[in-house]
Amino acid sequence: MSAYFASLSLLKLVKNLPGGVAQGLIWGIMALGIYITFRLLDVADLTVDGSFSTGGAVTVMLILAGWPAWAALLMAVLAGLLAGLVTGMLHTRLGIPAILAGILTQLALYSVNLRIMGMSANKAVSVDKYRLVLSLRNIPSAILVGAILAALIVALMYWYFGTEQGSAIRATGNNPAMSRALGINIDNMKVLGLSLSNGLVALSGGLMAQYQGFADVNMGRGAIVIGLAAVIIGEVIGRVLFRKYINFSVTLAFTVIGGVLYYLVIVVVLWLRLNSNDLKLFTAVVVALFLAVPTLRERRRHGVRRGRTKEVPGDA
Amino acid sequence: MLDLIRISKTFNPGTINEKKALSDLSLHLDDGEFVTVIGGNGAGKSTLLNAVAGVWGVDSGQILLGGEDITAWPEHKRAVHIGRVFQDPMMGTAPNMQLEENLALALRRGQKRGLKWGVTKLEREDYRALLADLGLGLEERLTAKVGLLSGGQRQAVTLLMAALRQPKLLLLDEHTAALDPATAAKVLELSDRIISEAHLTALMITHNMTDAIRHGDRLIMMDEGRIILDVRGEEKKKLTKRELIDRFAQSAGYQLETDQTLLSKN
Repeated sequence: MSAYFASLSLLKLVKNLPGGVAQGLIWGIMALGIYITFRLLDVADLTVDGSFSTGGAVTVMLILAGWPAWAALLMAVLAGLLAGLVTGMLHTRLGIPAILAGILTQLALYSVNLRIMGMSANKAVSVDKYRLVLSLRNIPSAILVGAILAALIVALMYWYFGTEQGSAIRATGNNPAMSRALGINIDNMKVLGLSLSNGLVALSGGLMAQYQGFADVNMGRGAIVIGLAAVIIGEVIGRVLFRKYINFSVTLAFTVIGGVLYYLVIVVVLWLRLNSNDLKLFTAVVVALFLAVPTLRERRRHGVRRGRTKEVPGDA
Repeated sequence: MLDLIRISKTFNPGTINEKKALSDLSLHLDDGEFVTVIGGNGAGKSTLLNAVAGVWGVDSGQILLGGEDITAWPEHKRAVHIGRVFQDPMMGTAPNMQLEENLALALRRGQKRGLKWGVTKLEREDYRALLADLGLGLEERLTAKVGLLSGGQRQAVTLLMAALRQPKLLLLDEHTAALDPATAAKVLELSDRIISEAHLTALMITHNMTDAIRHGDRLIMMDEGRIILDVRGEEKKKLTKRELIDRFAQSAGYQLETDQTLLSKN
């Protein structure tokens, strides 16, 4: 035991933290996409596990083909929008439940992503040969780029979801019956929301591919859970720090912060020499716990109330 | 204003749960007419309103609004001309959105929703005035989440929202049934005021015979998906509850066992 602790070098942890922040910011951008579906539209969209890889694949292949990195990222966003559109159409036009529509698209994207990458499971893009937007070789710059992009997207989302159209998307998620009664075409709003969400997820995938120097067909596996973790951690921290009322832009900012915190926890967990193969199990358990909190709290409160009513005399 | 021409609707056709909810029903509403709809449970009152609102398509028949055939229109398209308030006070507003955001959504009913800011300063002032008119103190809570309001407050807001952009037709689906008597009376009075001030054409379902007699200028009674009684003008004003029950028995061919069937509370 003492040998184990002696083997942990604090210096090594500190050295790894900045990399965690950079990756956390990238995942944070993905979490913003997931926030749109999970919190605003009230849909758990599983497309993202596929569209994250799609974003990486498109970005890397286009950079390899000589495109500037920023243009490649733009095309990645477009590919993501398209993926979301497919899920949205499967759901609204063909009546397939949202969760299943997402799974179908995700499955299909696995093949599509392989095709994009010329039938190989991963493609490397070297920062030595190409000008990339960010890379783990230069972590301070990666953090800066990630932070600027995240801030930009938060600002954009704050604006968009304050517009008439953005409000209609929020209304659709909050009360579909009311939205229809107010003349909102909720099917179109769902398609729009799913597209925008996956556009952001693909952007994040494109950034991650550049950061790590390769795109992998499996890089998006579990992305939805990581995104949910970021959203939930961000909400909890935001609520604790700001007590009750949190402005929308602050909520979004905390979603990004949630991504960073999640990744810092991962860095610590890896530093503690947990088997990296257990990471996904760890993430799943953490997210399940956080998701269960409202239900457990509610049940506890009701349990107490029921106990009290029983004590009321004459209440047969 | 509204013409229903021989509309029929059967739910779960061909199953043991088959239910003929509307049966060859025709109805004409004049411009500015305020009609109360009464009938027992399962008489087809809500089905009638939902058919007009376009919640689902009818099996046969035609629906005209302002002379336009809207039979094939989807719900959100009909909403351009129709304002609605539901029985469930939770159903008419978006709980996680601010009061002013809810009103702004309603103001844009039937309009194109583009990239302009969702709530403008100018309209905010209008909302404040309209809410002050309600006398519920809501004008100070424009940025409060609607989920924090009481059922009665939410129903009053929904009513305001339904009429914010003048509808050709206002549909009130037992919108006071879930409220306590005092609040229900207030919301009903507000309905009267909005309908008469804006000169709206309205269909109002109620479980309460007294309300049905006291409000509106025409009363229709439904049974088994048909209109079995249709009184208006002076004749309606002179109606009593007793008479209503008798005339129900005559038309429906069976006696109401108790008031309970019509669920009259007073």
